[in-house]
Amino acid sequence: MLLKSLKKRDNELANAKRQLELLSNGVFRSGELPTFGKQLESLNQFPLKPKSLEILQINVGYMCNQVCAHCHVDAGPDRKEIMTRETMQQCLDVIKKTGAHTLDLTGGAPEMNPDFRWFVEEATKIGVKDFIVRSNLTIITANKKYYDLPDFFKKHNIHVISSMPHWTQGKTDQQRGDGVFNASIKALKMLNAVGYGMPESELKLDLVYNPSGAFLPGDQAALESDFKKALSSNFDIQFHQLFSITNLPISRFLDYLIASDNYEDYMYSLVEAFNPAAVNNVMCTNTLSVSWDGWLYDCDFNQMLELKVDSPVKHIRNFNKEALEKRTICISQHCYGCTAGAGSSCQGTVT
Amino acid sequence: MSKPYYDPSDLRKFGNITDWSEALGKKFFDYYGKVFEEGALSAREKSLIALAVSHVVKCPYCIDAYTQDGLKRGITKEEMMEAVHAGAAIESGATLVHGVQMMNKYEKLSM
Repeated sequence: MLLKSLKKRDNELANAKRQLELLSNGVFRSGELPTFGKQLESLNQFPLKPKSLEILQINVGYMCNQVCAHCHVDAGPDRKEIMTRETMQQCLDVIKKTGAHTLDLTGGAPEMNPDFRWFVEEATKIGVKDFIVRSNLTIITANKKYYDLPDFFKKHNIHVISSMPHWTQGKTDQQRGDGVFNASIKALKMLNAVGYGMPESELKLDLVYNPSGAFLPGDQAALESDFKKALSSNFDIQFHQLFSITNLPISRFLDYLIASDNYEDYMYSLVEAFNPAAVNNVMCTNTLSVSWDGWLYDCDFNQMLELKVDSPVKHIRNFNKEALEKRTICISQHCYGCTAGAGSSCQGTVT
Repeated sequence: MSKPYYDPSDLRKFGNITDWSEALGKKFFDYYGKVFEEGALSAREKSLIALAVSHVVKCPYCIDAYTQDGLKRGITKEEMMEAVHAGAAIESGATLVHGVQMMNKYEKLSM
């Protein structure tokens, strides 16, 4: 089981430049597989341009109580990058004027940011249509000070999206750490108890499924039905939707792919599953990602690869919607993760 | 070491069989695709049947493909192993039921 981030371990893959080099070498350098850019060119979709901004995804810090084997953020208890209240205020100023209908808070464990509750309260006052918090579930049971999170979420009508790689303990703990499955079940019961995820409830509780290994996710609807059956009959747990998300070959998942000698086969699977229809709806076309220190990225994955937006406006403090909508989206071979099969985004499939 | 007869990366080239016989290759892949669609049996059930048969016909490509297919569908390792045993039981049963032929022949030839 992992205990430390790649960064703490001084692993070469903690270096974004090194990851980008790897993603451009090997089968892509030799021409055995087409680069993502070439693939877009053949569809006359290069360069990739954004549509209008719908989702503002804010990463409030990389600190997390878990050290998941596949984490693209390389999050963990040893990560100290945390968004300050000053940067949060800059985000609030932008939320007021963007017209984006969705605000999406992620991390790390966003709840571990000391100003998390203040930020949620302030953002709620502005009133976005869909206010998401990506909660890893175990944080709710990790410490007494978090036990009231379900009530806090309810009070602010937060849309909770949580990770759950499988309905069995073995596969969940293998990806997310020992004890994670039982703690997650307990947290889901606490959320159900206040009304989250119940069939007719407006308190939205969705789950995210990431494959726990070097394979692509199967059909989202079939997985949702299997998850619902198993969680309901084994634990009496209810939830609304299941979003299946493909693991992108970056950070800790890339490290795992290389160490397990699965990297090349995985890239082949992604390229073979390339779906041109998914390109039209990739999330970078309607989302902006903000890092803990206020920089802007096309998506959370580009944030981790330190690929800032290709625009004169690069920081939340200088936010300008029109200038940003003229930008070109930064791509590399990791982008194949969002266009494989039915496509993949933080909201699940895209086709 | 000498080259093995089976190369895992050949599985990716399966579609190439169409190159030397387009009509038959195409018919086969259309049929194959249709067989594994959701029907009276679910695609999940068919995946487990395919995994069992893969073992019985001892096709390493099929075993790789349907183990991966099962993982994608969230099929557990316990389910996969039970499917392999179902295939193995039929295969060993098919051997053992011939024991009756041996017994018949033995009795016929003996005084």
